[in-house]
Amino acid sequence: MIPGFGSLMQDVLWCFSQVKGTIDIGVTEADIISTVEFNHTGELLATGDKGGRVVIFQREQESKNQPHRRGEYNVYSTFQSHEPEFDYLKSLEIEEKINKIRWLPQQNAAYFLLSTNDKTVKLWKVSERDKRPEGYNLKDEDGRLRDPSMITMLRVPVLRPMDLMVEATPRRVFANAHTYHINSISVNSDYETYMSADDLRINLWNFEITNQSFNIVDIKPANMEELTEVITAAEFHPHHCNTFVYSSSKGTIRLCDMRTSALCDRHAKFFEEPEDPSNRSFFSEIISSISDVKFSHSGRYIMTRDYLTVKVWDLNMENRPIETYQVHDYLRSKLCSLYENDCIFDKFECVWNGSDSVIMTGSYNNFFRMFDRNTKRDVTLEASRENSKPRAILKPRKVCVGGKRRKDEISVDSLDFSKKILHTAWHPSENIIAVAATNNLYIFQDKVN
Amino acid sequence: MSAESPEPASAEEQKEMEDKVISPEKVEEAKLKARYPHLGQKPGGSDFLRKRLQKGQKYFDSGDYNMAKAKMKNKQLPTAAPDKTEVTGDHIPTPQDLPQRKPSLVASKLAG
Repeated sequence: MIPGFGSLMQDVLWCFSQVKGTIDIGVTEADIISTVEFNHTGELLATGDKGGRVVIFQREQESKNQPHRRGEYNVYSTFQSHEPEFDYLKSLEIEEKINKIRWLPQQNAAYFLLSTNDKTVKLWKVSERDKRPEGYNLKDEDGRLRDPSMITMLRVPVLRPMDLMVEATPRRVFANAHTYHINSISVNSDYETYMSADDLRINLWNFEITNQSFNIVDIKPANMEELTEVITAAEFHPHHCNTFVYSSSKGTIRLCDMRTSALCDRHAKFFEEPEDPSNRSFFSEIISSISDVKFSHSGRYIMTRDYLTVKVWDLNMENRPIETYQVHDYLRSKLCSLYENDCIFDKFECVWNGSDSVIMTGSYNNFFRMFDRNTKRDVTLEASRENSKPRAILKPRKVCVGGKRRKDEISVDSLDFSKKILHTAWHPSENIIAVAATNNLYIFQDKVN
Repeated sequence: MSAESPEPASAEEQKEMEDKVISPEKVEEAKLKARYPHLGQKPGGSDFLRKRLQKGQKYFDSGDYNMAKAKMKNKQLPTAAPDKTEVTGDHIPTPQDLPQRKPSLVASKLAG
């Protein structure tokens, strides 16, 4: 067990640590956070927004003088990753919204990440510069050319320290490979390739090659009238570079092995929970659509999120999940209004903690839920400015379904459906979580004694 | 709709409560069908998927656009359509109608 990393949720008290973003009466659409991701060490935390911008936070070194202040995350770099485009040939407006960010493992001093919008994936290099050369012979300090006839001495330029500058440069642009909208990217464990998935196809790329990609999954029917399902998410296995999974709008997950054939249209495993046909309603298929799929760190399990539940599947058992957790079952009797206001199509993500013992996902009213797989306990917490005193312990929240409402509870009808927590991230080894609440980013940590 | 103190329920309410016990989803489905009787028979099927695949589609024909632009020079410029985002098949888009897609040159407020 990792020291200091509680695997039992009852031992963990979550505290407010930081909140980023402004308190505006009206939220500018561009500021809405659309993805959050820690890097592999947890030192960096990246966010992408609807305006195509990426902001990277870096955890400050923990100081021995202030042991109570666990390292805080401060802005490290920010850049415009994608810009809006209009495809005149197809009459398509291409949003600059960053759908996903995925970090590459660090291999040298620079950091690399992939960011994608609906159509184009970009590889960004984020590097530090803290020295600059001074003492050129042919240029003066401002960069102006010196008159060669005035130079009488030769000198050797030297590197002198300068204020730290963090620069982000686009190193690769992987474009024009997706007819439909990219929903997922996933870096392979071989660190040489990655995949990008849209509604109907999945492509495999090599990081070094931008003008070609291999199509590995194609579910587009010959006749579009026969379309019954789309790809909703995809991810590579954390250790086996030949294995990946993709989820569908019909609530199924397919596991594919790239060794079997070049085009993985035939799955190696097919995960589907049998449905009781008498329970079927107009909403059944919509709420069974999987919005996110994530491998556990161990690679043994996958977790899926559909509208009302989170499910954990054992890769060795295809016919049903091994665990099902209700996120907000009280919404089942609100499906009609949720369909009318389109909330039923909201795509919630889900995440594992570092030891795969706790899973987390978001809900409405800025609530988010955690489920401890071992103790079977769950908790509902809220990301709100009201609980934002430093190190304030978050109080569990409860939604009251009917009958008498207790003082601290909130009734289903009072929930704010415009405050949705779609994106969350969990530090790879510590109890630090990042929760995106519309245009604000909350960071919570467990209590340090 | 929360249950109050127990009272003798009418036959209708009893049936509704039974339905709720059986499936809140079916109750919600009935509500939806009551409001939208023409809702497609194939739920969750092609309609939703096609709508999803067509996200971002704006109807733009460069020929029509340029012809309309040329015609505009001779006429008074009409006032811009109140809803700039909906440019559909019947309406020939003019320069004013195309949504202004400018990149956000403003830095993210998270970095502030």
